[in-house]
Amino acid sequence: MKRLVMILCLLAAPVWAVEPNEVLSDPALEARAREISKGLRCLVCQNESIDESNASLAKDLRVLVRERLVAGDSNRETVDFIVERYGEYVLLNPRASGSTLLLWAAGPLMLLVAGGVGLAYVRKRSGAAAPQEDALSADEEARLRRILDE
Amino acid sequence: MITELGHFALILAFLVAIVQTIVPLVGAQKRWTRWMAVAEPAASAQFLLTAFAFAALTWAFITSDFSLRLVVLNSHSAKPLLYKISGTWGNHEGSMLLWVLIVTLFGAMAAWFGGNLPPTLRARVLAVQSAIAVAFMAFILFTSNPFARLALPPFDGQDLNPLLQDPGLAFHPPFLYLGYVGLSMAFSFAVAALIEGRVDAAWGRWVRPWTLAAWIFLTIGIALGSWWAYYELGWGGFWFWDPVENASFMPWLLAAALLHSAIVVEKRESLKSWTILLAILAFGFSLIGTFIVRSGLLTSVHAFANDPERGVFILMILGFFMGGALVLFALRAGTMEAKGIFGVVSRESALVTNNVLLAVSCFVVFVGTMWPLVAEMFFDRKLSVGPPFFNMAFTPFMLILGLVLPVGAMLPWKRGQLTRAMAPLKYVFVLSLAIGGLVWAMQTDRSLLGPIGVFLAAWLIMGSVVDLMSRTGRGGDRMGRLLRLPRADWGKTVAHSGLGITMMGVAGLTAWQQEDIRVAQIGEPFDVGAYTLTLNGVEEFEGPNYLSTMGLITLARDGREIAQLRPEKRIYPVAQMPTTEAAIDYDLARDVYVVIGDPQDAGGWAVRTYIKPLTNWIWIGCGLMALGGLLSLSDRRFRVAAGARKSGGPMPVPAE
Repeated sequence: MKRLVMILCLLAAPVWAVEPNEVLSDPALEARAREISKGLRCLVCQNESIDESNASLAKDLRVLVRERLVAGDSNRETVDFIVERYGEYVLLNPRASGSTLLLWAAGPLMLLVAGGVGLAYVRKRSGAAAPQEDALSADEEARLRRILDE
Repeated sequence: MITELGHFALILAFLVAIVQTIVPLVGAQKRWTRWMAVAEPAASAQFLLTAFAFAALTWAFITSDFSLRLVVLNSHSAKPLLYKISGTWGNHEGSMLLWVLIVTLFGAMAAWFGGNLPPTLRARVLAVQSAIAVAFMAFILFTSNPFARLALPPFDGQDLNPLLQDPGLAFHPPFLYLGYVGLSMAFSFAVAALIEGRVDAAWGRWVRPWTLAAWIFLTIGIALGSWWAYYELGWGGFWFWDPVENASFMPWLLAAALLHSAIVVEKRESLKSWTILLAILAFGFSLIGTFIVRSGLLTSVHAFANDPERGVFILMILGFFMGGALVLFALRAGTMEAKGIFGVVSRESALVTNNVLLAVSCFVVFVGTMWPLVAEMFFDRKLSVGPPFFNMAFTPFMLILGLVLPVGAMLPWKRGQLTRAMAPLKYVFVLSLAIGGLVWAMQTDRSLLGPIGVFLAAWLIMGSVVDLMSRTGRGGDRMGRLLRLPRADWGKTVAHSGLGITMMGVAGLTAWQQEDIRVAQIGEPFDVGAYTLTLNGVEEFEGPNYLSTMGLITLARDGREIAQLRPEKRIYPVAQMPTTEAAIDYDLARDVYVVIGDPQDAGGWAVRTYIKPLTNWIWIGCGLMALGGLLSLSDRRFRVAAGARKSGGPMPVPAE
């Protein structure tokens, strides 16, 4: 599937995604590093996180993330550090701020709209039913009662 | 010579398609039987001519005719035969020709099996279908000619991208295209019905098998692509939310919505205009997919030769068909009066809910896919929208869908009672919750994803079975009645269970995957989870068109050998490109996935090992969904309609 990525990344540098010598000895820190890496984009690849990428730039970023973590930065500080240098483009998960709020709100809003339209439609179809098919007029009910009483 | 004949056949097919677009349409308007009758032989002729053109191109690939530009760019004489054949559509021009071939195939199928349609509707359907063929044939002939020759043929080709040299390429694109293009039939039926100004239960019955077929093909195509990515790319991901994957996923979601709403049209004559709109949009998303892959507008990993000129052409095709169809829809939708009347709690409402959820989830995928473009154009922000966003924004819809599905599936038509529908499901619901809770208690980490997946799977599977059993009534011989139930009922159960199984696979893999990255010394065993792996040695050898470095790894559990794994690193010298070939020990409970990396300076080899729980459930579930679709497709109802064809209607005129 990810043909071009592979071409680009592999041609750029035939190395490997996360390599054994990058892995931090502290498993908790390493787990955090992996978590952060999954949300950062490899800039020379297309749509691949630095965690998956083979490109040397991705490797540099992975190492950078680990350096910041070892230096004591929190996850948020580490990500901020990288965003400051490489721009918002590196975030695979855009932050919900400014115009991006629209992106995040689009789904829920559409669900409200579609749900509302759907509900209106359903109510209309069922509302149309009531007088015509189901409910009996007062006359009919009176007759029914007479028949039942007999 | 054969190449020129192929080119000529394609031009002829283009001309036939133009005739087939105009003549039957006029004929249907004026009620001229002879003009309408042109459609069927033309559809057959168009298909045969396109098939010949495609065969000619395939022949050029098989015989490695390096006087063809396309063959030079995408083939090599040393390439195995299978990849020479599948290489025909492993490139932009060839895949477009395959696309058109399938458009004409569906047109011809509608001509051959559409005898039970009213003549005007049939003529219009074939004309619209042919208009699509005209557009794409023009696209091929004027911007992407696969039959272009080279003045100075080289001695050998530049080889196909090694990642594509896989049986996956032989099956994934054809199935995907059968699905994409299959939706063109639903589109043609929708537009024909709009021109006709009439949508009734019969229309619902005619359009449903085509939609179902398209959806089945899409399901198989997407699952194959996902599996291919899983074993080929070396880190075992199965879905990347890549724009092009999304491009195939959006039509799938809408096709799923469409085949459910067509049921309402067929059985209850409601939701007509919405169904028409869905049919138009579903094919629209197919076209958007084509546009995304071939225009290079969005950065995607599915690289085809991108070219702005081609992008503009496809955008024009998209604009023409969507614009035209939507204008027609706006003009005519009002005339389609719904007939069925139903209560708020009813199967109809449940299917409306299904459609709302599927359509909105499709919308979320669409917005996420297009957002980088929107943000750059309107807000001057360059940003990425990747898997974390989609996982978070899309998953809730699937959770709700899974939650309401078994209840909706059990509601009766017209008017139901929630308590009555829930009554037989109560125990199953509690049992599913209990199973989910048990899993939550047993797992080591506190993540909710795995237990929720297990709960939904249990709920969907058991709910579907309860639904099926409830149709057998009470008293003796329930088994007999169960077997005699319509196949559509079986199809529904199988497909819905399949969805549950896929959800479970996705949740299990995402929640409980274990990973190990290390330098492995030869002969020294290491543990990953409950397994012990030993790198026994590394061999180098030469394949037909590549050089390979292969690790010999023994996989053992509790001291007992389970499998010998052979992960490879390959170099394709002609394409100058390395690939990784993961070694996978497949199992229903988990896959063990091993990749070998580079030799280390200090000795040993980099080795990556994954334990991937429940992975195969993802594809088994997809297989069940497709099987459910097939069962439904083979239902007696559709065959009865097919039988009616033989009794009435004039015989089609054979092609000359």
